[in-house]
Amino acid sequence: MTKELLKGNIAFAEAAVRAGVDAYFGYPITPQTEALEYLSHRMPALGRAFVQAESELGAINMVYGAACTGRRTMTSSSSPGVSLMMEGLSYIAGTEIPMVLVDVMRGGPGLGNIAPAQSDYKHIVHGGGHGDYYPIVLAPANIQETIDLTYGAFELAEKYRSIVVILIDGSIGQMMEPAELPPMKPRKKQFPEWATDGCEGRPARFLTSISLDPPKQEITNLRILKRWQEARANEVICKEYFMEDARYAVVGFGTAGRVALSAVRTARAEGIPVGLVRPVSLHPFPEEVMKRLSKTLDGMLVVEMNNGQMLDDVLVYTKESLPISFIGRPGGVIPMAEEIYSSIQQLVNNPPPIGSSPRDRWFAKVCKEKGL
Amino acid sequence: MQTEIIIAGFGGQGVLFAGQLLAYTAMEEGLDVTWYPSYGPEMRGGTANCTVIIADEEIGAPMVSRPTACIAMNLPSLDKYENMVKPDGVLIVDSSMVDRPLKREDIKSVAIPGSKLAEELGNKRMSNMILLGALIANLPAVISLEAFERSLKEHLPERHMHLLEANLTALEKGATFIAV
Amino acid sequence: METTLNRNETIVYQRPASFRPAPTHYCPGCTHGIAHRLLAEVVDEMGIRENTIGVASVGCSVFTYHYFNFDFTQAPHGRAPAMATGIKRTLPERFVLTYQGDGDLASIGMGEITGAAARGENITVIFINNAIYGMTGGQMAPTTLPGQKTSSSQDGRDVKTAGYPIRTSEMLATLDGAAYVVRRSLHSPKEIRRAKKAVRMAFETQARGLGFSMVELLSSCPTNWGYEANDALTWIEENMVPYYPLGDFKVHPALADVKI
Repeated sequence: MTKELLKGNIAFAEAAVRAGVDAYFGYPITPQTEALEYLSHRMPALGRAFVQAESELGAINMVYGAACTGRRTMTSSSSPGVSLMMEGLSYIAGTEIPMVLVDVMRGGPGLGNIAPAQSDYKHIVHGGGHGDYYPIVLAPANIQETIDLTYGAFELAEKYRSIVVILIDGSIGQMMEPAELPPMKPRKKQFPEWATDGCEGRPARFLTSISLDPPKQEITNLRILKRWQEARANEVICKEYFMEDARYAVVGFGTAGRVALSAVRTARAEGIPVGLVRPVSLHPFPEEVMKRLSKTLDGMLVVEMNNGQMLDDVLVYTKESLPISFIGRPGGVIPMAEEIYSSIQQLVNNPPPIGSSPRDRWFAKVCKEKGL
Repeated sequence: MQTEIIIAGFGGQGVLFAGQLLAYTAMEEGLDVTWYPSYGPEMRGGTANCTVIIADEEIGAPMVSRPTACIAMNLPSLDKYENMVKPDGVLIVDSSMVDRPLKREDIKSVAIPGSKLAEELGNKRMSNMILLGALIANLPAVISLEAFERSLKEHLPERHMHLLEANLTALEKGATFIAV
Repeated sequence: METTLNRNETIVYQRPASFRPAPTHYCPGCTHGIAHRLLAEVVDEMGIRENTIGVASVGCSVFTYHYFNFDFTQAPHGRAPAMATGIKRTLPERFVLTYQGDGDLASIGMGEITGAAARGENITVIFINNAIYGMTGGQMAPTTLPGQKTSSSQDGRDVKTAGYPIRTSEMLATLDGAAYVVRRSLHSPKEIRRAKKAVRMAFETQARGLGFSMVELLSSCPTNWGYEANDALTWIEENMVPYYPLGDFKVHPALADVKI
């Protein structure tokens, strides 16, 4: 297989096609619209369903309908659009049916801007919609990973009857890199025993998220949690770079993670024993990795393109038992490798006291720098 | 080993496509490459730039504050990027779009009247090829002119294929401008 | 349904196969049951029970799926036409219907119903208009008549602050994607018979792939209106019909030859 130079938005769209997606519904929003444009001709050419919906509300509920038929279904959007989809996502989770969402994050809150950001970590990873539910959230950092994770997302969603979110940012959506596309999977011909696709030769079925009897709803929520516990045990992905002999680790996902890779390389060249830990599955979070590192390392630096949303999870699993620093660039700003490198130097030369709030220290510094 | 190239100019000058051609060439040479564009709400006429990072290992940051090389196709781009180029780096400027002398002494600067030369070659829009020719010639360790020409033949859009020869001429013309 | 016949006995009336033997949760005198029955009969008569998927909405009809013996899903408030779109586009050979009330369809779901109609989505919508929010306890709906008293318009709907009712069928009929849009009423046996024909015609529209079809049914809500069952039917006739005239607002020319 040869590599092609692929743009992120096209890459995940084609990866979904090759994974056998039967239906795509979406609404234009920068910086992910190329996916919608691409699928608007690619899907009909293959005899598959495509609709440009009247809104993200429309799109997610078209996904809901199509997912009820047991067919492979997806949508993609960007932060403000995903906020609109939260209603449908909660209903889909409550109905316990699989779907795939690609969120190409941009700067927020509000209309914000169209620049790359990691603004949606909390509302994607920790729910967003109402009720107890647990999406599987995967955060690739380059085009090849975006393809590979999207390609596997449908089976993952089906295995756990869960929402799978591919969480990337505008830079991954817009960039081009050489990557290999996987082979075209045949479309599914067998459909699950819960699918409402016409009751020919079998008893009628219904799918709903309503359960007026609280003890029944309680069982539903516990069943959702049970599947989640299985995913938590089996689906963790975390990449480590230069960690064999590392005394320090930078922790960052997606684009923040790959920028940190450049900083780590610079630090290594200067003889600093630092590595990079890049969570690829944000949910399930690499809890065990964090626990292990918190016992063995001398310090940790968390890097994000937000005000420290994943940071809170890192703090939970490390129990703040080692010096931890944070550097964030919110609002659509990509951090530069130099600023991460200088934070690594700070951490090593001047480790903060254990248990002192990494966000507070970072914010105090930012306030001074920006005159806030 | 990593090389970072920023190409910047007005929308419509072929900035993004020039960067894509570099990316194709690097890919076809078996290198890792990341092409990252500025993307904005403007569809036409605004400023445009892209960063192309070529490396022999997994690429980290998609954007850099100190690029190895820069092509500036207009004055705002020159003003923005001239100071950012790494010492000993390369700066290629379309001097027919810029009305001031270049300042840096510690980099290889090449001023080429790209738009004017392209017009003489029959199409003003080929100035990007002239400047690319100069860039490649001044970064000999990264990609070769031959490799670039191969990928140009491969990736020039069908509707522009009749301009292939003219593009190759423009490229070679640009390659004669070597920084002293 | 299994029935043992004695000699000389013939069945003149029985539960349609598309109906489940489920006790009703609707209030006494409510016309939802009649609308359900008409739908089940039409699905039976067309022989499409195993080939039909319904989408229930939010409101009193949230449990619609409970009564029908074919596949059903249940949408978030107002989003049934979007869900139906997702199903129909994925399984174009199936009949897909939504069953929505006026709060669901004409208030929170106006975007989705308009989008579906404009796209000419080949689905059938059964639209129950009873001029009030039933399930939440009788609040003002987009269809509440001027001066009509509800729990959130206790002195009667004041058009100065609450605006005017929406004549949804007339509005949707302006869209080129709409193939069959009519209004009927459930207040008398004669109107019920006419309503059933319209439901059938809506499904015939879908069977022919002509586009969006909707039957608006003027319905009663005795509980929230505060009337006896019969008085509620009279109230439909005397108050709703004048504001919401019965009639055909859009009939695709290809339906001209369809005799029901």
